[in-house]
Amino acid sequence: MSNIQRIGNTFRRTILQAIPTVIGIIVINFFLLQLAPGDAADVLAGESGSATMETVAALRARFGLDQPVLLQLVAYLDNLAHLSLGYSPRYNLPVADIIGQRLPGTVALMATALVIALAGGIALGIVMATFAGRWPDRLISIVVTLFYSIPGFWIGLMLILLFSVKLGWLPSGGAATIGADVSGFDLLIDRARYMVLPALSLSLFYIAIYSRLARAAMLEAQAQDYVRTAAAKGLSPLTITVRHVLRNALLPVTTVAGMHFGGLLGGAVVVETVYSWPGLGRLAFEAVMSRDFSVLLGILLLSSLLVIVANMTVDLVQAWLDPRIEAR
Amino acid sequence: MTPLLDVRDLTICFPNATPVRNLSFGLAPAEALAIVGESGSGKSLTALALMRLLPGAARIASGRVRLDNDDLLALPEVEMRSRRGRDIAMIFQEPMTSLNPVLTIGRQIAEVLQLHRGLTKAQARREAAELLDLVRIPNPERCLDDHPHRLSGGMRQRVMIAIAAACRPKILIADEPTTALDVTIQAQVLELLDRLRRELSLSLLLITHDLGLVGQWADRVIVMYAGRKVEEASPGILFERPLHPYTRGLLAASPRLHDRLHYRSARLAEIPGNIASAATQAGCPFAPRCPDRLARCRTNVPDERDAASGRRVACHVDLTESSRGLHHDAALSY
Repeated sequence: MSNIQRIGNTFRRTILQAIPTVIGIIVINFFLLQLAPGDAADVLAGESGSATMETVAALRARFGLDQPVLLQLVAYLDNLAHLSLGYSPRYNLPVADIIGQRLPGTVALMATALVIALAGGIALGIVMATFAGRWPDRLISIVVTLFYSIPGFWIGLMLILLFSVKLGWLPSGGAATIGADVSGFDLLIDRARYMVLPALSLSLFYIAIYSRLARAAMLEAQAQDYVRTAAAKGLSPLTITVRHVLRNALLPVTTVAGMHFGGLLGGAVVVETVYSWPGLGRLAFEAVMSRDFSVLLGILLLSSLLVIVANMTVDLVQAWLDPRIEAR
Repeated sequence: MTPLLDVRDLTICFPNATPVRNLSFGLAPAEALAIVGESGSGKSLTALALMRLLPGAARIASGRVRLDNDDLLALPEVEMRSRRGRDIAMIFQEPMTSLNPVLTIGRQIAEVLQLHRGLTKAQARREAAELLDLVRIPNPERCLDDHPHRLSGGMRQRVMIAIAAACRPKILIADEPTTALDVTIQAQVLELLDRLRRELSLSLLLITHDLGLVGQWADRVIVMYAGRKVEEASPGILFERPLHPYTRGLLAASPRLHDRLHYRSARLAEIPGNIASAATQAGCPFAPRCPDRLARCRTNVPDERDAASGRRVACHVDLTESSRGLHHDAALSY
């Protein structure tokens, strides 16, 4: 079986498994949210300060919140079947529009954080494995243990303190310079400047995990017989590490990285709040506080899709990395 | 004739043991030399030392390994690297794990061709297919794109041999090349090694614990015990008239078809004790297990000396052939 064919098989299998997963996630989330006390009408009424029982009832009727729960679910599923995520009573906008505004920011942040975490983690892991037991290994080991144990928001605040307040190198929050009229490469630089600190604080925890994992995987791969074969071929230590050890050592790291994608989204809530980053994490938090369930359901659906896509990507990457993994 | 490879007084040390001591031997061009011995006799370490691929804690304490007027042990690491795979290649015991599972067979063969012979990718691929054909792998073109897990153990060992033979090395070290394979495949692999030896006129250093292989495939045999050479002879002479008490013990302990004493009808002979007893010996390492030991065997290490019919032996006991052989006729029918 060729490589393409093999990867194609893996792809098809994953898609088929994804459909029931998504439906299950929608239904469970829907009922879960019903358990929360209060609804959007309560919050709106509370905020207006002078709502009568009649206005609240009218609000409920308008949003369909007075319907039985099962009917609401059917209505929601009906909406989804028509590719609509529903309507937000609070923002007075279609949910798809609200999420659409926030999605690129969060995806960009998560992707950057994941890339930093993988690149940094694997690089540190290689250094640690190369110097296993000697001082570079020990030193990095201490540093990543710190990364692992310090909470993300504190790291975020400290990074702001150092790079924004003391050194003034990077902006302390937001996603772009307000009112800046830039385009092309300058735009990219502007965005990158705002991205550095949040992405870094989000990724440090994962750098810690991936570096330890990569270190262990490298050491294990180094002890394999095929590494001795490579040495007997006369290859240089660098070639052996890159060509023979690293690729085998990447397998466990990609598995774990895929599983972390959901956690990364959770961590984004904190980091987006610290850096006032206009992303989904903060939107979700606000939606919970205002009982804006249609927005929240939309976000949950989308994040479950993101996690599924991430897992699918891991499956594909693994099928590509390791020929022994085949469609079952 | 000056040997192609000349090993002198090779001593390998671990921090708390010396598994190979003062080992000397030569290897002539296109010769097949077998080193036999039980586990722990230092034969595999010797092979790895020739490649300078000893595991971390092991160290070459002294000795010389001359190949082409160069002392391999004195070469800088970079220079040694350019010799590995080109002048001196090695295949290992475990074909199942000796190939990288994530790279295609073609890539793993081409790698060594590109490195040492400077071939382009396309040339290396063509050459790799020819090498697979040389080691008698059916459908070589298709096999190039296969990954190792699709091949059987015997096929993988053939691929290992193709990699080792890729640069037409002067010396091929085969460390227990057939131990992990079943018997019918063993014969095929050894036949292949023997054919390559003749076709490419390379010298073969066969490391094995299987005396049965030696008689058929080697020109000369070195018997090692506890890191020392105890006897060296051509296999015919060795099997007919083993001199050293250890060799005699080994041969007596091998089950053979034509024996009167078959293991179905009588107990197989054994050498009492075990090799660990050699560690504490001041004298001959085999002394604690030797049936013929003399008083000085306990105190003095016997020197290697010439014996009749071009053989060498390291033993204090008076080893005239007439006094041996007679009461060890069990070995005759080998």
